[in-house]
Amino acid sequence: MKLGRVIGTMVATIKPEGMRGLKLLIVRPLTADLQPEGDPFVATDASAQAGPDDLVTYESSREAALLHDPSFVPVDHAIVGIVDQHYYDGGGTR
Amino acid sequence: MILGRVCGTVVSTIQHPFYQGKKQLIVRACTPDGAFDGDRYVIAVDLVGAGVGETVIVEDEGTSARQLLDAGKDAPVRAVILGIVDEVTDFSGEA
Repeated sequence: MKLGRVIGTMVATIKPEGMRGLKLLIVRPLTADLQPEGDPFVATDASAQAGPDDLVTYESSREAALLHDPSFVPVDHAIVGIVDQHYYDGGGTR
Repeated sequence: MILGRVCGTVVSTIQHPFYQGKKQLIVRACTPDGAFDGDRYVIAVDLVGAGVGETVIVEDEGTSARQLLDAGKDAPVRAVILGIVDEVTDFSGEA
């Protein structure tokens, strides 16, 4: 899992049958200390309740598909949960 | 498996049911000498009671993670902390 910020939503009417009802969100990946890292991507929402500006955890590749029922929908990024509390101490200088 | 150091925690109330009750820690990847390996990190499920500041070993592969957690074959998990590292000896610098 990694951290991301929801920066937008996306709606697609025509999509594979297994993705019916899945919410699509645009997510910007973040580093461990919440700095933007890399390009945004579209993810489905397995937490069901994520929305704009939420800090979320997401899973990619095969495990993203497994977050959904039925699994093996054609999904490569999915939101796992909404982060309530994020603690990061930097891990020292070493 | 990845050598890393626990640098933080993540707490979620609203999340996929599989992750309910599972402690999630932010682990930054380390080189054998203890330095961080760039910004590389992963949020892993803790299996051993690790805490912030500890050096750990992380499995970042789905099938192994599911076996370690005794979860079903469809469990949506990939990264698991499976050990706390006491000591690393790196022989690569020796001729």
